[in-house]
Amino acid sequence: MNRKMIIRTLRKLLMILGIVLLAPAAVALIYGENVLPFLIPALILIPLGLIGGKEKTDQTIYSKDGIIIVGLCWLLWSAVGALPFVISGDIPSYIDAFFETVSGFTTTGGSICTDVEALSHGALFWRSFSHLIGGIGVLVFVLAVIPLAEDRSMFLMKAEMPGPSVDKLVPKTKKTALILCGIYLGLTLALFIFLCVGGMPVFDSIIHAFGTAGTGGFSLKAASIGAYGSSYFEIVITVFMTLFGVNFTLYYLMITKKISRVLRNTELWVYIGVFLASSLIITFNIISLTSGFGEALRDAAFQVSSVMTTTGYSSTDFALWPNLSQNILLILMLMGACAGSTGGGFKVVRVILLGKILRHDVNKTVHPRRVDAIRLDGAPVPEETIQGVKSYTLVYFAIIVLGCLIVSFDGFDTSTTVSSVISCFNNIGPGLGNIVGPMGGYAGFSWVSKLILSMCMLMGRLEIFPILMLLKPSLWSRKTL
Amino acid sequence: MKIVIIGCGKVGSRIATQVATEGHDVVVIDRKRKALDAVSASSDVMCIEGNAVDYEVQKGAGVDGADVVIACTDSDEVNMLTCMLAKKKGAKHTIARVRAPEYYGQIGILQREFELSLAINPELSAADTISRVLLFPAAKSISTFSHGHIEVVELPVAKNNPLIGLCIKEISNRYKLRALICAISRGNEAIIPNGETVIEENDSIFVVGPHSGIQNLVCDIDVFENSAASVLVVGGGRVTYYLTEHLLANNIGVKIIDNDEKRCSQLAEAFPKATIVCGDGSDEELLKEEGIARADAFLAMTGIDEVNTILALFAKEQGVPKAISKVTTLSFTDTLKKLGVDAIVSPKDVTANIIIRYVRAHAASSGDNKLKALSKLVGGRVEALEFDITQNSMYVNIPLKDLSLKSGFLIASIVRKGRTIFPGGGDDIEVGDRVIIVTTQKGVTSPDDMLAEV
Repeated sequence: MNRKMIIRTLRKLLMILGIVLLAPAAVALIYGENVLPFLIPALILIPLGLIGGKEKTDQTIYSKDGIIIVGLCWLLWSAVGALPFVISGDIPSYIDAFFETVSGFTTTGGSICTDVEALSHGALFWRSFSHLIGGIGVLVFVLAVIPLAEDRSMFLMKAEMPGPSVDKLVPKTKKTALILCGIYLGLTLALFIFLCVGGMPVFDSIIHAFGTAGTGGFSLKAASIGAYGSSYFEIVITVFMTLFGVNFTLYYLMITKKISRVLRNTELWVYIGVFLASSLIITFNIISLTSGFGEALRDAAFQVSSVMTTTGYSSTDFALWPNLSQNILLILMLMGACAGSTGGGFKVVRVILLGKILRHDVNKTVHPRRVDAIRLDGAPVPEETIQGVKSYTLVYFAIIVLGCLIVSFDGFDTSTTVSSVISCFNNIGPGLGNIVGPMGGYAGFSWVSKLILSMCMLMGRLEIFPILMLLKPSLWSRKTL
Repeated sequence: MKIVIIGCGKVGSRIATQVATEGHDVVVIDRKRKALDAVSASSDVMCIEGNAVDYEVQKGAGVDGADVVIACTDSDEVNMLTCMLAKKKGAKHTIARVRAPEYYGQIGILQREFELSLAINPELSAADTISRVLLFPAAKSISTFSHGHIEVVELPVAKNNPLIGLCIKEISNRYKLRALICAISRGNEAIIPNGETVIEENDSIFVVGPHSGIQNLVCDIDVFENSAASVLVVGGGRVTYYLTEHLLANNIGVKIIDNDEKRCSQLAEAFPKATIVCGDGSDEELLKEEGIARADAFLAMTGIDEVNTILALFAKEQGVPKAISKVTTLSFTDTLKKLGVDAIVSPKDVTANIIIRYVRAHAASSGDNKLKALSKLVGGRVEALEFDITQNSMYVNIPLKDLSLKSGFLIASIVRKGRTIFPGGGDDIEVGDRVIIVTTQKGVTSPDDMLAEV
């Protein structure tokens, strides 16, 4: 473990956090609010990256170092990023502030705030800005700009990007990161313009554009998007939420005119198929509650998209929907969005692979000598990936079960407990029922549960292993190489 | 530049790593996932798993618009085929590794017909390297520039060497040096000396100049060794084959020991003037019987690196002045050299270096002042670059004492109309000159790089 390099990289990353904090500071300034909550941490962090100068550290890092850096970076950013909330008094309890910040960076969007609309503009901006950065990934964002580990930067990217296997778009890691950021920011800007044009105030448009881009879900209205009562906003945001849930590699392929490869992508078709099917079923299920087919379809599509892409915005209180619809939403929460997108969850491609693995194993049981290769998108799937999917599934469900167990101590009903854990772990935000549903929040949970849910959020965003590794004592012991 | 490397073995991965570090966009194609994973873990390259002969795979790797395509798989035929296809589809330069002796004779035709920019025979290149060392035994390593007119020779400074304690200026005056000491390897450091630098014991000095100039210095400081008159070689493989031809042509006696009867017959037929012995070269008794103690040089050229190393060490112990070992897995070379092996030659290393030189030279082909050749000195820490000055530039026609160079740069020699000039303060660089610059800075592609920012 290259400790020196890890510390050096983390110092640089903290300095960048300091610079990033200047943005909400500027917003606070514009609205005449107190800039100190953002300025003080910024002024402490920025010098951190400059001291230590040019020591001759061995720049070589390996896969293990990459995972550790990613895990620690997200933890530290969340821990330090929570301070402005505490200092300004917007969220006086540190645990609450930590929860909120983690929820921001992991693009969950679950909030402990009981009165969102009373938060300062600076605080609202900071919450949503963390969605923007967390969505594309802290490290991807940084790699595009600064040389962090030169030749070994692929380790950092692989550790952070979601999906069973990560490939480069172009030979150089830095260029790949730049392209991804470019596509991401381009789409964000497009959404912002659509919202402004539709009449949403500029500040609101920024908040919601960030929230949609990162598939986060923080809003400045208590009733989320539903508060605007505008079908235009709901449709625009539905479309863009769905767009951000698609693998960004496909966008790059479209730009470079490799359309046939895009059409061959099984994950995309399953994603679209599930979206359409679920929306239709729910439409017919809730039609009696609404004024007609149009409104039912709009509400259904919005919510399905919101939950599938793990954004978490709501256009209506779906806690009032019939059980069939709510259960469908719960299952969609588990599936999540496409790999290589800003969405969270288990990932559609893993569900597809599990299906294929299941069929393969059943065939093997029935006909043991038969040789059958598992294929995806026309190419055979490497054995490593298959093993990876299997072990990921096990750990995934183990964490959900464990999480539910611990949160149960708070004494809430099963639906609330289970959906809160699943929602946080999959970085969605709202759960089912009145307490954690779209009109509720996480304020009522004990500090233990809030911490556990925060850990779930981090594990979900980083696909478990970076955080899990940090908890292994032997990692830190000097006796193990 | 866009570079595609076909075949991710030792040579392929070595080139990929080096070239990616120099900032080029590198794509590597190989059939084995494991080989690709090893390279992508340590270098910023893109890996594609597939059979490179398949055009779809080549297309996916971007061969069509590539600047350089390097084919170094195990199969010569695959290498030539893929290069031919790549060239037809638009690649600008193609390099193929062609090692079979059967192709050796007609390599010129093959290169022309397949439009290869470069065809490399690793064993031949390794043999060249070894023969150079044998013909100049005092040297630890030799690199050539300007078609052999200028050499950069590494000389060890052992105890009792008269150069110890003298500074460069004094040496130049005392020995009327027609060469220049352009770099010093001291411990793990690489030093570009100036006039005041003092030589210490256990240094290795790198001297640049015409062969005669260096030869004179070597004689004067009494480390001259006659070039080997008789050489004992264990292992009759391809390198030995090419080497024997060369050595016999230079009137050096060659004795080859090989265990394989058939091989021995072939060698005996090919080289009537050499002595071929059929036996186990790793047998101490046999070596002593065949007169290892009387040999001027010993070459361990079997297929097993470990055996080669032990044999070379044994030879040193027996008092052989020069022991050279061939290795294929290039690890621990520094350790081996410290143990006493005089030279370690790796055909793969030699190949990779030749290809990297080619890539470097063409990376700078944007017209002005081309990089013609490149050599790595001091274990890779120092590079000697030869530039053809074809165009006027900021450093042309200015007396050297008025040029402010960055630290770590030295103008080692200027060749003008066939004459070698050792740059003093009053000399200048003119259009038409060939200049050799020695530097510790990596990635230099143009003489402009040596100028300090004003």
